[in-house]
Amino acid sequence: MILAQTRTYTTGSGPGPGPSSSSVLEYLAPCPDQVLENVLENVLWFLTSRKDRNAASLVCRSWYRVEALTRSDLFIGNCYAVSPKRATSRFTRIRSVTLKGRPRFADFNLMPPNWGAHLAPWVSAMALTYPWLEKVHLKRMSVTDDDLALLAESFSGFKELVLVCCDGFGTSGLAIVASRCRQLKVLDLIESEVSDDDVDWISYFPDTGTCLESLIFDCVECPIDFDALERLVANSPSLKKLRLNRHVSMGQLHRLMVQAPRLTHLGTGSFSPSEDVAQGEQGPDYVSAFAACKSIVCLSGFREIIPDYLPAINPVCANLTSLNFSYANVSAEHLKPIISNCHKLQIFWVLDSICDEGLQAVAATCKELRELRVFPFEAREDIEGPVSEVGLQAVSEGCRKLESILYFCQRMTNAAVVAMSKNCPDLVVFRLCIMGRHRPDHVTGEPMDEGFGAIVMNCKKLTRLAVSGLLTDRAFAYIGKYGKIVRTLSVAFAGDSDMGLKYVLEGCPRLQKLEIRDSPFGDAALLSGLHHYYNMRFLWMSACNLSNQGCQQIAQALPRLVVEVIKHEDNLDMDENVDTLYMYRSLEGPRDDVPRFVSIL
Amino acid sequence: MSPEDGSNLLESDAASVSFKETELTLGLPGESRGLALIEKTGGKRGFSETVDLNLGRSSTVDSDHKKYSGESETDVQNMAKPPAAKAQVVGWPPVRAYRKNAMKGCKYVKVAVDGAPYLRKVDLEMYSSYQQLLNALQDMFSCSSFTIRNYLNERAVTNQEVNNGVEYVPIYEDKDGDWMMLGDVPWKMFVESCKRLRLMKSSEAIGFAPRTPSKCSSSN
Repeated sequence: MILAQTRTYTTGSGPGPGPSSSSVLEYLAPCPDQVLENVLENVLWFLTSRKDRNAASLVCRSWYRVEALTRSDLFIGNCYAVSPKRATSRFTRIRSVTLKGRPRFADFNLMPPNWGAHLAPWVSAMALTYPWLEKVHLKRMSVTDDDLALLAESFSGFKELVLVCCDGFGTSGLAIVASRCRQLKVLDLIESEVSDDDVDWISYFPDTGTCLESLIFDCVECPIDFDALERLVANSPSLKKLRLNRHVSMGQLHRLMVQAPRLTHLGTGSFSPSEDVAQGEQGPDYVSAFAACKSIVCLSGFREIIPDYLPAINPVCANLTSLNFSYANVSAEHLKPIISNCHKLQIFWVLDSICDEGLQAVAATCKELRELRVFPFEAREDIEGPVSEVGLQAVSEGCRKLESILYFCQRMTNAAVVAMSKNCPDLVVFRLCIMGRHRPDHVTGEPMDEGFGAIVMNCKKLTRLAVSGLLTDRAFAYIGKYGKIVRTLSVAFAGDSDMGLKYVLEGCPRLQKLEIRDSPFGDAALLSGLHHYYNMRFLWMSACNLSNQGCQQIAQALPRLVVEVIKHEDNLDMDENVDTLYMYRSLEGPRDDVPRFVSIL
Repeated sequence: MSPEDGSNLLESDAASVSFKETELTLGLPGESRGLALIEKTGGKRGFSETVDLNLGRSSTVDSDHKKYSGESETDVQNMAKPPAAKAQVVGWPPVRAYRKNAMKGCKYVKVAVDGAPYLRKVDLEMYSSYQQLLNALQDMFSCSSFTIRNYLNERAVTNQEVNNGVEYVPIYEDKDGDWMMLGDVPWKMFVESCKRLRLMKSSEAIGFAPRTPSKCSSSN
């Protein structure tokens, strides 16, 4: 039991009372263990890193206990790794919960819907044990309107709701959150699917004013009542981040910007005038509106952009650190005058419609760039494609501080990838998606082994890697040999034999998340990772060469591993081939919400 | 089918691909396609089975099936074009459904019918050919019986119960403000540039010569 600690101590080091001042004699001398726990509790409050806390909790029972009492942020990377009951029993003073559910490949229709990752059991448990809960961050979870209602009712001081890639709820759930959570500061909906229940959720925020600091709803596909939104913005003096959906026209955006010139993050909605604006009519002065917003550092939106309006953002370009054009079909010509002002840009998301030429312009100006994502306007395999090794090479030469890149293209060369590995030594995330399956270096005709090999060899800080193109086992040999701190690896249509997977499982001691599709890795390869699976968050393998027998062996050898075999709904008989294997460590054993297309071995 | 020139992607006439067109579907002909079906069937099968079952069906022009490639729907000569060079696979390239749908966008245009007091709106992104659009317009305005002169196939699309059918000609206003006949440009280009539609009475269409007279017989 922890004593109140308002007395001063003159000794702080070592167990035992030691020499002490007279003030200690004023109360019953605590035993050494309790002294230590007091000190520990004081100190551990300041420990925020998850890793440090986990380490601290392993020292001894006393430290385990105190750490559990002082942890306020609960992070659960796989909602099935631990049960709500176990988590809430151990950690009783949680203020913030982060939960992740489905595996990432589910985003690409590789998993049937209704697989799981339900929020319901979690919110029920937390409603009982965490009355002071303030923040909930969810990724790839299934959230219902009832869940949102329970959340809104159970936590009177609730401040922050962030839903990333979630689904299962609608505007009625949002309305409940808006009306009940009076302390709400953050409501961020990011790439989530929100069903249209015909409820005008924006109007459910209190008329008297809100504490909102961040309202992100650019993924909500339903139209909103603009007048209600305008009132909300006017009533939210703390609002700094506002990301509108595509149903907000430019004229409406203008009105909001006039109301909220102190915004730091702005999602611009459609960025095109509504239909009612006649052509040639004098529109609002967008340039002035942007000029008045001197604090904007992050711009996004542009969902239905009319490129003629793009120059309106010029006043803010010099201050921008983050720019998201990934829904804007703009050409290099449109981009160049804008990007040439963005000297401070650190994060840039864009469509390949800007072509290699646009990327060259980025490389010429954005010397501070840390993160680049180039998305395909047309995600097809059989076209020539507007970006290539030319763009990648240019970026590598111009943006030397690059840390993270996601690059979709149709053609690539080893030379450009090697160049990036040498020019950008700070790379932490390298994700190259050559959209044509098994496509080799289009100049030499060789596999892309050397390029990816150079990345793992030269980028000493690399922790996340996604490979593509024609790859032999050699590429995996490189990854196993040099990728010593790789934590996340994505593989698709790659490799020749079991050796490929073996190299990785035997060579990468820090591997946490491994997702593989359509690659010729079989049971022998799977078995070679037995020593490591308990150290991983998950392994996903779909359309590989696995059999039920091989997966059974794993399940038997590792009882704390949940081995899920996911079948297609119209193919439920257990034949020998495994369509999809998804396995993860868990303290709970097989989950109890398994749909009929999943069997747990 | 010749691979599309990469430069086509830049021009304003290259509207975003309807991803429903290019996605693997495991349904029977006539079933609704697109992501919904894929989610139902739960993705791809085995390693060796990554073929698109749409091959072979993609060559019909007048059908309601989504076209496999992005080629023009209006060119009757395209009927016998070969299937796409490479089969498409579920979940590849790995672009999130959310992003694909967002790129697909939503193209609502107003439709005015001469003589009718009300306007309707259609989402052009819901259709992948002129034929589909015209069929939908027919359904939409079916309370008044008329026939839409169909310049694509040089025959009228008729309403079953036509009594004294008044013939209408579909025209659209493009980005430049010009009024054009439907069917002159590839479907995607049309979607990109169409701002609104009008069903004009045939009798008023006399001076409205189509751009490509070779496609259509002279109006009667």
